Order: sequence, then C-alpha cells, then structure tokens
Amino acid sequence: MSTREKVRHLLEQSGSLTLLLSLAAVLFALVAGAIMLVLTRHNPAVAYAALWKGAFGSRRGIGETLLSTTPLILGGLAVTIAFRCGLFNMGVEGQIALGGLGAAWAGYWIRGLPAYIHQPFALLVGVLLSVIWGAIPGYLKARFKMHEVITTIMLNYIAFNIDGWAVAVGGPMKDPGPLPASPVILATAKLPRILPQTRAHAGIFIALACVVLVWYLLFHTRLGYCIRAVGLNPTAAEYGGINVPRHLVATMAISGALGGLAGAVEVLGVHYRLFEAFSPGYGWDAIAVALLGMLHPVGTLLSALLFGALRSGSTLMQTVANISRDMVMVISGLVIFFIALTRPLGGAVHTSRGGQSGADLDA
Amino acid sequence: MPYVIEMRGITKRFPGVVANHHINLSIEQGEIHGLLGENGAGKTTLMNILYGLYRPDEGQIIVRGELVHFDSPRDAIAKGIGMVHQHFMLIPVFTVTENLVLGAELTKGIALDMATAEDKVRELSDKYGLKAEPGARIEDLPVGIQQRIEILKALYRNADIMILDEPTAVLTPQEVEELYNVMRMLRQRGHTIIFITHKLREILTICDRVTVLRDGKVVGTQSAHGLTEASLARMMVGRDVLLRVEKPVAAYGKPILEVQDLYARDNRGLPALNGVSLNVCTGELVGVAGVEGNGQTELVEVLTGLRRAESGKVLVNGRDLTNQHPSKFFANGVGHIPADRHRRGLILDFSLVENFLLGFQDCPPFAEGPRLKYAEARKLARRLVQNLDIRTPSIEVPARTLSGGNQQKAILAREFERQPQLLIAAQPTRGLDVGATEFVHQQLMKQRSEGKAILLVSSELSEIMDLSDRIIVMYEGRVQGAVDAAKATEEMLGLLMAGGQIEKARPLEGPHVNP
Amino acid sequence: MQIWMLSLAMLASTLRIATPIIYAALGSVMSERGGVINIGIEGTMLLACFTAVVGAYYWSPWVGVLIAMATGGLMALIHAYLSVTIKTNQIISATAINIFAVGLPNLVVPIIWKGHHAVSPVVPRIPDVRLPIIANLPIVGPVLGHQNPLVYVALILVPVLHFILFKTRFGLRLRAVGEHPRAADTVGVNVARMRYIGVISGGILAGMGGAFLSIGYMSQYSAAMTQGRGFMGLAAMIFGNWKPAGALLACLIFGFADAFQAAAQSARVLPISPRLLLSLPYIMTLIALAGLVGKSIPPAADGKPYEKD
Repeated sequence: MSTREKVRHLLEQSGSLTLLLSLAAVLFALVAGAIMLVLTRHNPAVAYAALWKGAFGSRRGIGETLLSTTPLILGGLAVTIAFRCGLFNMGVEGQIALGGLGAAWAGYWIRGLPAYIHQPFALLVGVLLSVIWGAIPGYLKARFKMHEVITTIMLNYIAFNIDGWAVAVGGPMKDPGPLPASPVILATAKLPRILPQTRAHAGIFIALACVVLVWYLLFHTRLGYCIRAVGLNPTAAEYGGINVPRHLVATMAISGALGGLAGAVEVLGVHYRLFEAFSPGYGWDAIAVALLGMLHPVGTLLSALLFGALRSGSTLMQTVANISRDMVMVISGLVIFFIALTRPLGGAVHTSRGGQSGADLDA
Repeated sequence: MPYVIEMRGITKRFPGVVANHHINLSIEQGEIHGLLGENGAGKTTLMNILYGLYRPDEGQIIVRGELVHFDSPRDAIAKGIGMVHQHFMLIPVFTVTENLVLGAELTKGIALDMATAEDKVRELSDKYGLKAEPGARIEDLPVGIQQRIEILKALYRNADIMILDEPTAVLTPQEVEELYNVMRMLRQRGHTIIFITHKLREILTICDRVTVLRDGKVVGTQSAHGLTEASLARMMVGRDVLLRVEKPVAAYGKPILEVQDLYARDNRGLPALNGVSLNVCTGELVGVAGVEGNGQTELVEVLTGLRRAESGKVLVNGRDLTNQHPSKFFANGVGHIPADRHRRGLILDFSLVENFLLGFQDCPPFAEGPRLKYAEARKLARRLVQNLDIRTPSIEVPARTLSGGNQQKAILAREFERQPQLLIAAQPTRGLDVGATEFVHQQLMKQRSEGKAILLVSSELSEIMDLSDRIIVMYEGRVQGAVDAAKATEEMLGLLMAGGQIEKARPLEGPHVNP
Repeated sequence: MQIWMLSLAMLASTLRIATPIIYAALGSVMSERGGVINIGIEGTMLLACFTAVVGAYYWSPWVGVLIAMATGGLMALIHAYLSVTIKTNQIISATAINIFAVGLPNLVVPIIWKGHHAVSPVVPRIPDVRLPIIANLPIVGPVLGHQNPLVYVALILVPVLHFILFKTRFGLRLRAVGEHPRAADTVGVNVARMRYIGVISGGILAGMGGAFLSIGYMSQYSAAMTQGRGFMGLAAMIFGNWKPAGALLACLIFGFADAFQAAAQSARVLPISPRLLLSLPYIMTLIALAGLVGKSIPPAADGKPYEKD
C-alpha cells in the first residue's frame, strides 16, 4: 500500500476519517462562503470577524449562541434518528411549527398550574401534535410506500398554514391585539432564563438531556438496534424477525416528537407566544447539522453548536457588515454540498426512492 | 491454426487484490476454449478486459494479429467480440427488439425505425435457428429464452468471437444440451467461443482446449481431450479435492416439517406456489432441485415467515405456523440460511457482533427489558468465531470486510446457535470457493447426524445429489416429482426439472424407512 | 352565465398556475428516466426565478428567460456531478441545492437594489400573447387563447418530450440507462454522459419554469416564491408514471386545486378560513400520491449510482 493508502486506512480504523472529513467540509464551506462574499462586494474578513465576535465575543453573544443551539440540537437529533432508520425527515420545520402551536396554546390557555407542572405539560402538548405530524409520513411510507421526502414537505406547508390560520384575524388562537399572534403565555409556562442579561434559557438542558437519551436509545436498547438494522438493511432486518413497517412509523413518530420539542422549546423559552414563521429555518439547518454530525448524537451536538454560533453571529454580521442573515442558509447548503462531495455512495445512509429505501421488502 | 485472440501479460489490480497477474491466453480461430477456475479466480475480470469493460493495468491484447486498445465495449464489438454475461444484460421492461438494437439502433430521420429492426430480428432468428418473438417483453420470457436473446444480441452486432460467462447456471440439464448444440452450430459456422465455467464436467463435454486460472494466474493451457475431472480439479484448486462428500448412513425420525397444499404469489402478484406439499423428518436432508424461478425462493420465504401464503398449511413439530412472523419461526426451532447472504443474511455495515445479534435481539440473555446487552453479544461473538474458525481481524469490524466464505460461516454459526430442529438452507454455497463449499457441506452433514432436519434448496444439481436423502423437484410452483437420492440420476432429475414425468413417482409422505 | 364565465376563467387560471409545476414535472421526468433523482428542482426553480428577474432588470425579459435556463442547467450540472461522478446520495446532494437556493437570492437582492430585502422591485415581464384564431373559438378561446408564451411552450413540450423519450434513439438510450445501466454500458452506451444530459436538460426545464413564475406569471422576485411547486412537480411525475402526458394531467389537477382555492376565497363560498384553503394543493398532492399505491413504477435503476466495477 502506498503511504496515502496507509494513512487513509489508519484514519478509517480509528474512526477519525469521518471526523476529519466533516471538519474539512466546514472549512471548505467557509472558504466558499468567503468567495461568495467577495463576489457580492463584501469583505469576508470583516464579515467572519463579526460572525465570531457576535457568537462568542460577549456575554450576550454567548447567550444568543446557546439560544440558537437549543432548537438545532433537537432538530438535528430528529433528523439523525430518522436517517438512522433510512428515512429522510424533511418535515422538521413543520413539526417545529406545530410543536410551537401546541406549547403556546397550553401556555396561555391552561391556568392555575405551578411552573414545574405547567412547563412540562405545555411541552408535552406541543410534542403530541408533532408526534402525529411525524407519524403520518411514517405510516404513509410503511403502508403505501409513499416517499417521505414529498409527504413531509407537503405536511410542512400544511403546518405553516395551520399556524397562520390560528393566529390570523378570526383565528382561534389570535390575541385580541393588533398583531397576528397568540396571547402571551403565562409566567408559569415560561422557561427560566439561565444566564443573566441574555436570552439563554433552560431549554438547553432539555436539549442536552435529549442528546443523552437518543444516544442511549440508539446504542443500548433493543429499539435502537432495530432502528439501525432497518436503516442499513431492511431485508435482513425482516429476516431477523424485526417488524419493519412498525419501526418506520415509530422512528418517524420519535423524530416528529423531537422536532416538535424544538418548536415548543422555542416558544416557551424565547418568544413566549405563537406567531407565523417563528422559526428562521431551523428545520433546514437541522438537516445540515445531522449530516455534519455524522448521524451521531454527540456529533449532532457539536455541529448544532457550530450552526448556532453561525446564526447568532449573523445578527452582528448583519449590523456591522450589512450581510443578510440568509448567509447562514448559504453556508448551510455549502456544508451539505461539501459533505456530499466526501461521501461517495451516500456513506451511512442507504436510501433512494421506491427502490431500495427503508421500506423496500420485496425486490 | 492461427490465433484469433492473444492476451499477453495481462495484469489487473483492484484495491486490495490482484485479479489478473501476468496472464497469457491464446485462443485459436474456430475453437471452443474453456476458461476454468473457482469463484474469484479472475476469469470474468479477464474477459471483461477482453470485452472492453475494464482496462488492463499492464499487458496487450492482439486480435487477428493486430494490437488493439479497447476503451469501451463499443471498440470490442467493432472488432467482432461479443459477450453473454452471467447476469443477463437485458432490460426487463424493453422488448426483444429494443434490447437487441440498443447501442446500434436503426433510425429514419430522428425517429427510431423499429419496423425494420423487427424484420432484422426475425431474419437473424431464422438464420441461426434461435427462435425469438421481436415484440415480447424480456420480463415475460423464460430464462432459457432470455439467454438465447443475449446470444442473438451478440450475433446482431456481427460477433465472430463469443464469450459466454457461466451460461449454464440458470439452465436445466436439457437446456444445457441445447446450448451445447447452439455452440457446436456456431463453431461449425466459423465462430470462436470462449466458455467460462467453474464446472468440470462442462469443460470435458464441450471444450476443445482449456485454460485453468487460479488466484489470478494461469495454471496451464491444455487440450481438453484426455483430461479427467480429478486432474482438472487439482489444477483448479492446487490440491486433491474431495469431489463427493462423505455421507453417513441416515437414521430418520418423525416428520418435523409438514407442508400442506401451499399456494402463494410472487412479488409481481403472479402465482408462484401452486399447491406444494412435502415433509421433512428429523435426521433427513431433503433436497429441493429445480431451475431458479420455479417457486423455490417463494417456498423458502413462506417456510420462514417472510411471505404470505394464500392458502395451505405449514406445520412445524405439529404446530401451525402458517403466516406467522419470522420471529415465531425462530422461536419454534426453525433456522434459515438465506440464499442471498448480502441482502438477507447479513447487515454488511454492522459489526460481526451486531450481526450475530440478528434474530436474537429480543431473547435473553441479550435482551433485558428495553436494554440490549452488547457485552453478552460480544461473548457470543468470540465463542462463535472460535468454534467455526471465522477469519476476521476482530469481532468489531463491519461484516462487509469479511470474505464470502467467512461471511457464510458467520451466518451458519448464528443459525446453528439457534439449535434449530429444522434448518432451511437456500443456496448455501453460492459464490463460495471449493474450500468454503466443502466446509459448508461438512457442517450440513454434521447437523444431519445430530438429528436435525434439513431442507436444502440449491440450483447446483451435483450438490443436491451429493447431500440429499430424498430429492424433490420443483417446476412451475409444484412438486413435479420426488425421488430417492440413491436412485436419482441426472437424466431423471433433468426431466422433472423441465416439467416432464417419470414413470415410477414415489409417494411424497415420508422417506424410505431404514430397516 | 356568471358561473360559466367563472369556470372558464378558472380553467384559464388553472393553466397558468399549473405551468411552473409542468416545467418542474417534465424536468423531473428527464432526470429520473435517466436514473437520477433530483429533488433539487425546487431550489433550482427558485434560483431561476431570481436570475430571471435580474436578467429582466438589466436587459430584457427574454434575456431573463435565457439566464434562468442557464441557471437551471448550472445547478443541475452540480447535482449531476455529485450524483453521477462522485456517486453521493442523490437526496442529500439535492437538499444542499435547496437550502443554498433559499439563502442566496436574499443575500444578493439588497446589493442589486438598495433598500430591498426579500422582495425585488417590479421588473418588465414577458407579455402575454393572444393567439389569433384560437382566441375567438368558443370555450377553447377564453381558456387557451390569451396566455403567456411560456404556457404554450410548456404545453407543446409535453408531446415533444414524449416523442423524444419513446421514439428517438436518444430516448431509448436514456431510458435504458435509467432501467439497467450496466446492460446499456455493455453495449457501448455512455452511462455517465446520458445521465448528465438527462439531469441538465431537466434543470433547464426547471429554469424555464422559474422564469415563467417570476417574470411571466408575476413580475418580481419574492423570497421562497416557488412555495413547493418543485416538489409538486415531483409528485406529478410519480402520478404520471414517469410519462409526460400523465404528469401533465397531475399538474392540471394541482393547478386546479390552487385556482379553485383562490376563487373560493374571493367568492367566500365555503365556510373554511382562507388560510386553511391555501393548503388545498398540498393536500391534493398527498391524495394523488396515495391513490397510486403500487401502481406507479419508477425506472428500475432510479436513484442508484452506477459503479463500473
């Protein structure tokens, strides 16, 4: 073997090859982003400096970073667990919308509960809605082989419209004020702030807990084993006695729950009310987060932190260098692009449509 | 005789393996030249190079005295070389004509001229006596006819030299005879044929000369006349090979498996099983012979809970397990060695440990409530690797990295661990080299002497005849006939496999009871 | 008489609304018949919407269309490179394009037009035309007689693409590559080249759809204006069993759902809130797909990268 092959083999064995590739993907994305900034007559140095300073340079910045990281962890976990079962959950954005709706409703409608009951209950209501929103595409896939990319995306639009309807004039959740938003939730429903003089809230702990839970689920439980087996080879999983359709639905339900939790946490911790499009595209970032995180809960945590920093830093970037916050989306897309470049044949995700995807038990 | 093809010093490397190592091959004009070697010896690679699908790392190809460079099959076709692949290169949803003209289409302006093409197909078909219906869709045609169309495809492109890659794998003995006739006819018309196979008998029957490959190198080239199976086997493997496995005397017990009048459909909704009934007793090995596609796959799937039966019963140890979930079959002592080890038998990206858990994930000691105890699984893995001598750097490596033989060993180990009373083995030695095949046969015999019942499904007739106590032949989803292995001949089985009848058909219930 | 006129107007509206979906569907058909799934048609179309507006702003609407087609081709080229040459997972590669496409225009809008953020100013659009004889026909006239040229192009493309796919040499080879690339390879068809052509032509079609949306139907760019039409095109393709004619039918159904919902809103006929009615096209898409259980068969090698070895 040549030296290059030897090095590659060594890295592969220690598992750090994928890590290096992920880091490389981020680097390339930032470089490509810089090129794009230059082409659009911006100064990348100023832009990235603002980005860094905005994310970590001040107490307020760190708070904002934590704040953005929270829904990204949860969304990333949602996408991760779906991918592990061979499913593409493109519906996190819609699940966030419905999770927020449920949490907001429980937050302002239910009175007389102490905080330590009200908050979990409100989160639960949000999760309940999004579990259904996740289970539907799961069921459609398991029973009818309908590809979840299309069904989750269609459900996104329907969810956005539900949110919009709820807080529009004449809608059931509209606050009797001038804004197209729900009433503010009760103080008992608000997630406590954890860093004074910032907006960072206790949701981060919920997110971290979920990282541990998902890790344990995937690698130490029977359900996790079955999920991974179905994701890698549903034909063999079936042979091994695993009920593939049931696991598809279950995984999408769990994924939907995590997505909805992201939305619920956002409403209860940041906005304190429901309004349309309260998520600035967290559901899409979640996809990049999961892929960058190598579909592992801990990787997801780290890459969520990266994207959270990007998001929070982009506010300062906008103020100082006059670059739209959408730059984050551009970098997000670039990261996925570069990851795709380094993963021939899809890496750990063996799916396509109709032919060999997570529910193909026949051919 | 002039050489029509010379391959000199051909070397081809793939990551981690040298498939062809300085191979020299000379083919005479108008001969049938056999290329013999085990699975993985490098025969197909060599021919793929000749056909332009691969480019050699070193070496030269000389066709009719001219040095050639093939960048793609187009170039090889232009020089008169045609290839019929082991796995057909026919597009199922296209018609015969569309498949034949693809890449060499006739056009009228911008549009395809299918009418003229169909005429040409009929012309060609008449000229060579290879009947084919131009408008038929490939997926509706039986396998034997599909192969004929592959040959027509090569002839359509004026192939003078034909490479046939393991063509007999999917044919009944009678169809193999017909193929031999076609080959002789082509030779008579001046064509040259290179015939790739791993079956010794075929070399001796049809070939003029033979080249034996082993581990990517040429062992020798000789005239086929005067060779014996044993000498060929020795050249192929490098040592003396046990051509027939030792089979101890049988001791039968009561029926473990009773299949009653089973009906089932295949993936396309067409009838696949049309009233199958059979029995297997403890200590008995029943072989299911038949050309692939006559319901064997569906039968195995119904017997392991992977396919719904429309009607009929499957009784294991007296218990009705019809249409139960695969886990129920495992729980009732049914082991399954699946035909396609990469698709059904293993999860290639899982580690060996995780693969050993497959089917055991809900059982103690591995399952404890919702938890899965990987530590216990590792203990199992270490034990199994040692017991069956599975060659692997560690138990944590992905199953993908193991060789075919070791992968099959892992599957066997796992299934035997279930202590099944009934073992259903489907194509257990497909794609394995001689050493691994020997091993599998020995293991099956061992299970049989320990009193297990075995249902063996295989498309290798010699394997069935070697190992079975009783042989059942399947044809078009029915049991066409059942024969005592001791009395079975290839002619008899071949006849049954093609849908014929034999005079004295033995009753289906129960084996021949030993005194 | 009112209702009659209303229905004809609604049919005309249906055609207009369906047109971007038709382009997306046809583009998807070309790509997938070659065996490459491209869910990035949505993002491609969105970017094309934007570049068409830029073209119309600086030069003319027709230049905008050309630029949009080039944009579509470029995005498709990237997807083809990742899918065919690098052989990465095709859904992931397309998702990169979709996410990227959402962010990029918003980045550039403020640079070209100071003070604008998510919405561009109004730019010259491609004017509608009136077909001389047809416009005077009863029934057909009000529906087909007065439309944007890109609508007519879309309708004409349906039989054209059908002919190309099923009656030409190119079509046979493209379909072969989508069904059984190895078989095609062994008879000398260049699998990679065919797939590239399929994907890129699909992207160009998506580009045309984007141009129509922003400077044929509307006359400006607004953020995320495709609203899932690219995905509906994908669904239409599945509904149409990967054939142009069937896809057209599905697009018309989706277009009708949208037109109906808009008419119902203004007429206030149904007691359902207008916001909820907006979901109608998406629900229709789900229903259309559900109705096809098991009957719609993709090309056999769809979505699977082809490895020579």
